[in-house]
Amino acid sequence: MQTRTNDEWLSDLRGDNQEQAIEDLRRVLKRGLIYALSSRIKTDLENQVEDFVQDSILRILDKMDSFRGESKFTTWAQKVAVRVAFTEMRRQRWKDISIEDLMPEDSGDFTPLVLSDPSPNPEKRATQTLLLEMIDEMMTSDLTERQRTALVAIMHGGMPLEEVARRMDTNRNALYKLLHDARKQMRNRLLEKGLTPQEVLGAFESG
Amino acid sequence: MKLSSETIKKMMNSIKSTREEELTCGHCYDELDRFIEMKLLGKNAEEAMPLVKEHLDRCAPCREEYEVLLLALEAMVE
Repeated sequence: MQTRTNDEWLSDLRGDNQEQAIEDLRRVLKRGLIYALSSRIKTDLENQVEDFVQDSILRILDKMDSFRGESKFTTWAQKVAVRVAFTEMRRQRWKDISIEDLMPEDSGDFTPLVLSDPSPNPEKRATQTLLLEMIDEMMTSDLTERQRTALVAIMHGGMPLEEVARRMDTNRNALYKLLHDARKQMRNRLLEKGLTPQEVLGAFESG
Repeated sequence: MKLSSETIKKMMNSIKSTREEELTCGHCYDELDRFIEMKLLGKNAEEAMPLVKEHLDRCAPCREEYEVLLLALEAMVE
């Protein structure tokens, strides 16, 4: 395969040499993805990667104008391919799960929060219960419904940001900002109560 | 279902590392190819681009993509 500069990649993909350039790019992306995803995809790796690469090439051709030339073109293209692959893998992995499935029971008023793994030490247990009630109260009164839902889906349910975003009719960036505001809000409320996140953490450490 | 102490710990860890200004996933993604090339060249990307590093520490999906991209690029240069 011929080695290309960034400008050569761009001009070949846009010009008369497009077919060969696409074939070369396909080979580069496929090799990278097969190697990088082999521990995550246990069945039909080759075919799945083929599909990811196919979709990636279309995305790359569509987004080529946004390439800023601050890295090698192939690094940028591989980044796009990894994003395409993860978007699809996450969609598949979470396709049958709704946000409601991830909410604790009684999510209507979001109470009660109860420890599922109580500390054997009664004093520590009491502190933990107190803190849990406080955090519960903070989440109910200081966060919006959307912030609370997203926070629980991610922290408790383990759902990736973009999957939560899709279900909440928003996008990954907007959801990140929503959660950033929620984290700042909770941090400030803790500080108002004279507590740092580290102190709360300390109360939940084992031992 | 009950929120476990693990969830509370996760929440507190993320609150602990919260900054007034943070990169969004989109900004991190825009910078990721530059960040990763610095890493591959043995440069101190974390020091040069601390906001990207902080975002990757904080955001599990972005970190996952970064780690896989790093592997993919290793395969490309072999």
